[in-house]
Amino acid sequence: MKILVAVKRVIDYNVQIRVKEDNSGIVTDNVKMSTNPPDDNAIEEAVKIKEAGKATEIVAITIGDDKAQETVRKALAVGADRGIHVKADGIIEPLAVSKILKAVVEKEKPDLVFMGKQAIDDDCNQTGQMLAALLNWPQATFASKIDVKDKSLEVTREVDEGLETIEVNIPAIVTCDLRLNEPRYASLPNIMKAKKKPLDQMSAKDLGVDTNPRIEQIKVEEPPKRKAGIKVANVAELVNKLKNEAKVI
Amino acid sequence: MSREVMEYDVVIVGGGPSGLSAAIKLKQLNPETNVCVLEKASEIGAHILSGNVFETKALDELFPNWKELNTPVKTKVTKEKFLFLGKTKSFSWPTWLLPKVQKNHNNYIISLANMCRWLAEQAEALGVEIFPGFPASEIIYNEDGSVKGVATQDMGIDKEGNKKDSFESGIELHAKVTVFAEGCRGHLGKQLIKQFELNKGKDPQQYGIGLKEIWEVDENQHEEGLVMHTAGWPLDNKTYGGSFMYHAENKQIFLGYVIGLDYKNPHLSPFDEFQRFKTHPSIKKYIEGGKRISYGARALIEGGLQSLPQMFMPGALLIGCDAGTLNMPKIKGSHTAMKSGMIAAETIIEHLKNKKPLSIYEEKFKKSWLYEELFAARNVKPSFSWGLILGIIFTGIDQILFRGKLPFTLSHKHADHEALMPADKMPKIEYPKPDNVLTFDKTSSVYLTGTNHTDNQPVHLHLKNPELPISFNVAKYDEPAQRYCPAGVYEVQKENEVLKFVINSQNCIHCKTCDIKEPSQNINWVTPEGGGGPRYGNM
Repeated sequence: MKILVAVKRVIDYNVQIRVKEDNSGIVTDNVKMSTNPPDDNAIEEAVKIKEAGKATEIVAITIGDDKAQETVRKALAVGADRGIHVKADGIIEPLAVSKILKAVVEKEKPDLVFMGKQAIDDDCNQTGQMLAALLNWPQATFASKIDVKDKSLEVTREVDEGLETIEVNIPAIVTCDLRLNEPRYASLPNIMKAKKKPLDQMSAKDLGVDTNPRIEQIKVEEPPKRKAGIKVANVAELVNKLKNEAKVI
Repeated sequence: MSREVMEYDVVIVGGGPSGLSAAIKLKQLNPETNVCVLEKASEIGAHILSGNVFETKALDELFPNWKELNTPVKTKVTKEKFLFLGKTKSFSWPTWLLPKVQKNHNNYIISLANMCRWLAEQAEALGVEIFPGFPASEIIYNEDGSVKGVATQDMGIDKEGNKKDSFESGIELHAKVTVFAEGCRGHLGKQLIKQFELNKGKDPQQYGIGLKEIWEVDENQHEEGLVMHTAGWPLDNKTYGGSFMYHAENKQIFLGYVIGLDYKNPHLSPFDEFQRFKTHPSIKKYIEGGKRISYGARALIEGGLQSLPQMFMPGALLIGCDAGTLNMPKIKGSHTAMKSGMIAAETIIEHLKNKKPLSIYEEKFKKSWLYEELFAARNVKPSFSWGLILGIIFTGIDQILFRGKLPFTLSHKHADHEALMPADKMPKIEYPKPDNVLTFDKTSSVYLTGTNHTDNQPVHLHLKNPELPISFNVAKYDEPAQRYCPAGVYEVQKENEVLKFVINSQNCIHCKTCDIKEPSQNINWVTPEGGGGPRYGNM
């Protein structure tokens, strides 16, 4: 069984995001980047399945500029066997990502495609679902537990009401939740070995995908600053303020 | 437990200006040399904090064609000011009356973090292997006592010291020569200085704490290339320190404050001094209406030549501010750190090729411009132990009339941690409340550093005696850790009428001030799990 895992390079989750002065986007120069956290869970799960003898090959793929390669190398350092870097600049919307992934799936013919449930930069939560539609494959989103059966997967999903367990036939798309597992660290010797693992490069154009954005981003703004709280003397004043000033009751 | 071993010709601990320059020079001199650099930050530059007005002397030697190489060295110093601040007034010192070492017209305003990122790219292009996120946590010795290499930190240990599922053992890196370039108060450098008595016969090392913010301001307030320094308010005559303000590219102002850690008053809070300094009319006018986008702090070396330990030992070299090569009157340590690394590389190549002992470092150092600079600078900092005014008068005579060639050397008498006076003997300082416009509290400041340490890992700030903060420090010094820490790591809390010492180690921004200033040297800073600590951008 072969697993394709999609990973995205995003601004590190510890970095405080800053809006560009001209409101044209967010500042990414000299900002620490890392792998989208739930994508780390996706890679980890694939590696665990391979370690359990249920998968034979893991291919990590990313889409982005030259530096996005680092994200694939990181995936290789924690256990992916081979990497693919699809070069593309600028904002690549979920639909374009899905189309690129579809083209790669048709070439690579994996049995499973894993990825994070959403990326922490645009929070779209669309790529997995769109890819499932384009491929006409079953999908299991927000996975917090995956059991690999003979020709299917039993997946526990994190849903609003609690946990939902579903069975999907292979081939399938799985988008991973942070609760799925605890990603391992890349060890120094494995980082060294990862440098020697094969990494194919291609462009979105090679795959025949038009990555031009379909959405025009007009403006990016910081959320309004929260006003400082006030202290009230008694319950009556609180009720009064909630009623007449805040108008919430 | 046996750990995996990787062998190199040279292992360098720390990816700052000295370590990266050493790595580059090694490869330039002999491309066959196997070199690796370990860096505790999650990426190169993320733990680097500096002013920085950059003198290109060392870079000119390392890359004579650097101007063609798209370096982040772009903003030339165009104008200079030096102000003495009174509480509301200021007095501008004519720049022609400044000692030559404090003139910056050939220098550049840079971000040292970006400079290190650039150096790392050059090093990698030359074949140096750089591993960010891997702190060297332990020195490995040979049976004969010489340094064999270092071990990296274990990953995936929980609070109680048990292995988590994600546990990944550290590995040993063995080298023919190990170079320690951790920066000021490196936690391995500290052990080496003790182990090999490298500071025997030297004065106690002197330190400062530097705090820095980056502001984005309006065009009208910005004068790209302007360098301004101040002395005086809010510090008293007896406390050594001053500010810097550098107008960098992209309408950014690098604003910072440095205070000597030999300050005596335990009530003093370097963070709050910096905050209130910004309210001075001569400073406020530059940043009012602007936006603070970064904050950070880092200890720096101020001891100079008198306190500089021996930099070689069996199997290893100690370079940059891990030893202490900063030039205090110049307030610059980047070019000197780079040079010390380049000398290290020359030493190592001769050592590996011709079996020369590592002690040739000393001869090479003494013949270099680096030594000449530090020698001329040596009397400035100790003269300020007489106070700001006498210090300035002496420095004028020493630096302008004699150009650092006076036939005597003043010494540093005390280590910084010995300087504090009991709390009840010193005046309390009332700091104004932050207005969240110009001045801020520690919490919102630390937030800007992006610092993070995986929770559920052992506390990396070790107390030799866990009782001491409450049993001794509170009564005698009103526990100064609450104030000298620029990140709010240390707190004294009252719970059911009982005092409790709290260490918020996840806030730590790796400045090392606690390790230096704790009056009983009770705090030992060790490396946390790899990748932890601040995520500085262009500091």
